[in-house]
Amino acid sequence: MTEASTPRIGALQDNEPPKPHRSRGADIWAQFSKHKGAMLGGGFLIFITLAVLIGPWLWGVDPQKLDIRNKDIRPLWSGLFSDAKTSWARPFGTDNLGRDHMAQILAGGRASMAVGWAAMLLSLMIGTFIGVLAGFFRRLDGVLMRLTDLFLSLPILPLLLVAVTLFRQPLRANFGPEGGMFILIVCIIGVTSWMPTARIVRGDILALKEREFIYAARSIGTRPFAIIRRHLLPNVLSPIVVSATLGLATAIITESALSFLGVGFPSDFPTWGKMLADAVPRMSEYPERVLLPGIAISLTVLGVNYLGDGLRDALDPHIRGR
Amino acid sequence: MLTFTIRRLVLAVPTLLFISLVIFLLLELAPGDPMAQVPLTVPPEVKEKMRLALGLGEPTHIRFFKWLVQFFWIEPQVFIDWMTTKSAIASILPDTDFYTPCGVGAAAECDLRILSWQTRSPVMDIVVQRLPQTLWVVGMAYIVGVLIAIPIGIYSAYRQYSVFDQAGTFVTMIGFSIPPFFTGPLLIVIFSVYLGWLPSIYDTTLKVVSWDTFVIQFKQMVMPVMVLALQTTAQISRYMRAAMLDNLNQDYVRTARAKGLSEAVVVMVHVLRNSMIPVVTVIALGMPAIFGGAIITEEVFKVNGIGSLLIGALFANDLPMVMTLTFMFAILIVLFNLIADILYGVLDPRIRYD
Repeated sequence: MTEASTPRIGALQDNEPPKPHRSRGADIWAQFSKHKGAMLGGGFLIFITLAVLIGPWLWGVDPQKLDIRNKDIRPLWSGLFSDAKTSWARPFGTDNLGRDHMAQILAGGRASMAVGWAAMLLSLMIGTFIGVLAGFFRRLDGVLMRLTDLFLSLPILPLLLVAVTLFRQPLRANFGPEGGMFILIVCIIGVTSWMPTARIVRGDILALKEREFIYAARSIGTRPFAIIRRHLLPNVLSPIVVSATLGLATAIITESALSFLGVGFPSDFPTWGKMLADAVPRMSEYPERVLLPGIAISLTVLGVNYLGDGLRDALDPHIRGR
Repeated sequence: MLTFTIRRLVLAVPTLLFISLVIFLLLELAPGDPMAQVPLTVPPEVKEKMRLALGLGEPTHIRFFKWLVQFFWIEPQVFIDWMTTKSAIASILPDTDFYTPCGVGAAAECDLRILSWQTRSPVMDIVVQRLPQTLWVVGMAYIVGVLIAIPIGIYSAYRQYSVFDQAGTFVTMIGFSIPPFFTGPLLIVIFSVYLGWLPSIYDTTLKVVSWDTFVIQFKQMVMPVMVLALQTTAQISRYMRAAMLDNLNQDYVRTARAKGLSEAVVVMVHVLRNSMIPVVTVIALGMPAIFGGAIITEEVFKVNGIGSLLIGALFANDLPMVMTLTFMFAILIVLFNLIADILYGVLDPRIRYD
């Protein structure tokens, strides 16, 4: 009865079934997986993390064992072009004291990656916390930004050098030579590198909190911390993620720079930076000893940066789906 | 905006004082004794006199106050005297004589300058000697880096995911990922050892007087400038691209296109102006970072600029030098932060300071 009497209006008809609902996570993944560089970078990061985690266990050669009879073995690919001394038992060669290069790369990577991750997380937490507080609460803005200025005004590398020489002895006594240095380097890098995150987050929050949706949230009586958690933090997530990847990259490079200048981990403990620094004087004869750790640092940081680029595009709702 | 600037300038004074106190106390904690290199045969009472001569006898707060007086009162006097007597620009002004040097036969009331423990000469004189090298190499690298970075960032964002964007992103990523202590030795081995085109060591004594010396100067600057510029380019072009991407999807861009503005005006005027706001901040904030990063590059290429002066002083335990240099960096950073904030407010009306 009703069906016959109501005229069917063409424009109101649903001719195709509605698209299946897609979650936010699926959207992000769809955008992320389109970015080849990010997929490669993320894949490489996972690969290198797994390699340094389980690699030393699989390879099973002590990176610090001296084998003076088998010193200066060239890597396998050098044997292809010349009659250089190579050995299948030492695929990446050995250094001037006969220490296995592959085991050193794996052990050095473990130190570099651990320092990088820990320092990045620490600096991210401090930076986001201070940035949000400074951007949202006008009363805290002046104090916190002066604090940020103060930290930005401290020249980081000299400060790192001074601090490492200062606190090395007590921390070593408490946590052992490697553990103490690890805590020291992570804390120092974390405490001295949160400022860019804080400034970026604060700048975004300052612009965001003048927007209508924040006024709307405020007008219905949302409490400040709920506004921060529900409305502001998701909107500053993409700059936080970008600065997280930058932070991981910076932390790895800073640790290597400290090792390069000779103030990092103890001298028999391999890290990528120290291997590179040790090899520079004999670089024209044994270029692979500089190239391998250098490429390891560069590729890891490159992978992290590409990952950040892809994440940035995937996490930004303005860009996603275009 | 003027009140904001004045307020910030006034605020900068306690900030700087506090920073100087923090650096001073940190260095005060630093281990190591400036007398450690003195032979053991020197009797302790002589050692004590040497310690007093270095200005170490006083308690901490007196030494801090003395350093402040030396830095903010005596060194400017020396500078003004130099300006009015020897410099080319201000020498038309009447000669001044504020500074009374100490020494043999000096007046009872004389002014002590900040002395380096390494050389026993005024720190500021050494800084003035080292400054031109750093300004040339690091400053040039920064300018080159920014000039390369901005067009790359703009075009990469405008044609997102195009071949140029992928290539540009790849090159900037490489620049960001390869640390200077790897690129430096790598370039030296390629261009100095194998090809022999460029000198591996920066010759500071070279004076540019003819075309030939200019070519030599240019050649020795290529590698350090490139190493540093690669870093700057990578950083700034990433920020530029991100800022452009944020703005390209905004409503006002669609409006600008809808009312018939040409694409060049839309991108180069409307979007670029808005995108430059964060980039200007990053450029201003990057200037002190380039000083820190220049330490390693100056070490690798043996440029005896401020960076290598600082690291040398740090390893030699020359605390007055470290203190003065780090505090000068701090002044620069506070200044550039102020400049960045003022520019931020001037450029972006949404940011309200007052």
